Amino acid sequence: MITLKPYTMPNTKGRYGKFGGKFVPELLMPALIELEEAYEKAIKDPEFINQLNYYLKQYVGRETPLYYAENLTKQLGGPKIYLKREDLNHTGAHKINNTVGQALLTLRMGKRKVVAETGAGQHGVATATVCALLGLDCVVFMGEEDIRRQKLNVFRMELLGAEVRSVSQGSGTLKDAVNEALRYWASHVTDTHYIIGSVVGPHPFPKIVRDFQTVIGEETKKQFYEQNETLPDAVVACVGGGSNAMGMFYPFVQDEDVALYGVEAGGAGIDTTKHAATLTDGKVGVLHGTMTHLLQDEDGQIQEAFSISAGLDYPGVGPEHSYLHDTSRVTYTSITDKEALDAFQFLSKTEGIIPALESAHAVAYALKLAKEMNGNQSFVICLSGRGDKDVEQVKAALEGNKNG
Amino acid sequence: MGKHYLEKAFNDKLSANEKIFVPYIMAGDGGLDSLEERLRFLQECGATAVELGIPFSDPVADGPTIQDAGVRALANGTTLHSVIERLEQFKAERTIPIILMTYINPIFIYGIERFASDCVKAGVDGVIVPDLPLEEEAMIADYIQDKEIALIRLAALTSPEERIVEIAERTEGFLYAVSVTGITGARTSHQTEVKSYLQKLKQHAHAPVLAGFGVSNPKQAQELGAYCDGVVVGSKIVDLFHQGNTEEIKKLIQES
Repeated sequence: MITLKPYTMPNTKGRYGKFGGKFVPELLMPALIELEEAYEKAIKDPEFINQLNYYLKQYVGRETPLYYAENLTKQLGGPKIYLKREDLNHTGAHKINNTVGQALLTLRMGKRKVVAETGAGQHGVATATVCALLGLDCVVFMGEEDIRRQKLNVFRMELLGAEVRSVSQGSGTLKDAVNEALRYWASHVTDTHYIIGSVVGPHPFPKIVRDFQTVIGEETKKQFYEQNETLPDAVVACVGGGSNAMGMFYPFVQDEDVALYGVEAGGAGIDTTKHAATLTDGKVGVLHGTMTHLLQDEDGQIQEAFSISAGLDYPGVGPEHSYLHDTSRVTYTSITDKEALDAFQFLSKTEGIIPALESAHAVAYALKLAKEMNGNQSFVICLSGRGDKDVEQVKAALEGNKNG
Repeated sequence: MGKHYLEKAFNDKLSANEKIFVPYIMAGDGGLDSLEERLRFLQECGATAVELGIPFSDPVADGPTIQDAGVRALANGTTLHSVIERLEQFKAERTIPIILMTYINPIFIYGIERFASDCVKAGVDGVIVPDLPLEEEAMIADYIQDKEIALIRLAALTSPEERIVEIAERTEGFLYAVSVTGITGARTSHQTEVKSYLQKLKQHAHAPVLAGFGVSNPKQAQELGAYCDGVVVGSKIVDLFHQGNTEEIKKLIQES
């Protein structure tokens, strides 16, 4: 493994090694340059940081607990397991850490309109929420298949005053919603900011989203130290685009004794074509403005991703994850739909915490990891969101399994 | 074939005091078997060169008409490989210049060096990659330029002066002036700022300046043509081919 000390990614061109970059039409380039300048200035401005911290504390409800999952630990009889409770954030997931930051940036850039894409609807809800808070107009693109899977989140966004536009192109999922959001942004770029929902897209988005999500890892590190006077042996997070994982991993990247595990959606199994395990089974290419690992065919056509979890159903992954994968700093693995469903129920019963299906992938891997570790060790699971949005779908899946 | 062939076709047209007209078609829409015939038809109608789209699953710079054409072409099994192979087959009979337009991922997966060499074999004269701005073009620029194929750059209404100067400086074959804030697709009217934008591009460009995105009728083509060297028409042509309305295509090209 090459040493990542000091860790300075991305470089000034928005590259993480060979990954990343700005592969967008010229029309959008000036907006990316403006965004980068505005962002770099904002994070050096104490007033912006104070404003951000104010909303994170008073509105989002940070800091979130690092909860020692005693029942889970006892049941598994191995390492001490901690849950970083991002599910306790306002709107029920980590997504709002980023949307608060980007909405404040939108205002700083003098823009009053926002466009966003959403998969599970969590990012759409988090965006619609902060737009309601700060008085911004909000249009959210969502694949029609995802709209079907996540009806309640669509209604939530509408309640919050956002306009949800259905995307029927392609597979009607997150990738197609990103395409439409990029097209919309190109047509409205002069007065509209694109609040992208994960560490994907052209530079500076992967960096901005990572930085706004880094609060997860920073709090975790501090809280774990307060409780144990050491660092955890491992950290586990699910990876679709990879924003909760990136925010969790980033403060640990240079702590080489902390093993990092990114868990992708294995769908029906990575030996089938129905999965979303981009790093496990993808090839390097360019999608949505960035060079990264992608699920694609031999002609470079992007393939559909499959997962029971709408939030992981993306055929790409953040470019920094590709870099951390190629440098072997993070171990990427996958969990099938079935394993995630089992973990969803298991955590609900043992701890009284219903995890999001996305987060259930991290929990499922943690159950395996616990068997390989001993009672003197400990690790943290990033519980990125709560599962209320998923109960209907899980019920249907479990009944389907029983009947089928 | 190649960059100089394209330049000559444009210069001949401009020397005759005529405007350049470049129709866009989606390769494989209507089947690859119709490609040769469509190219010949467009040439007979008076097209100066043809922009030939290679379908990509995620065409973020394109509007619904070209997206749909791409979906049809992909369903027909069209690939970058099959298009290049087909062009090579009738290279000897073809005289109208060809400009390939596709996104960077299919080229990257094909292999950039191999793509450049195979473009030569197929007699491709120019290449347009809409998701490759100045910052990223080094990835392919040298390979394409070494083979004397024109790498056509795009300018946008949002481009500030210093970028326009750089783009105009670097472009080969022609300067593609994206003349709407948005994606490809027929529109009814053009913004007034387009005039001063085209004039600015003309002032900096050594190559012809062609306006594109959103041009759909002879009136628009003439309006835009007054401030530049001609137009690229995409969605409207794609639509008319799909409807089988070749008479309208002829009218559109001849009256523009």
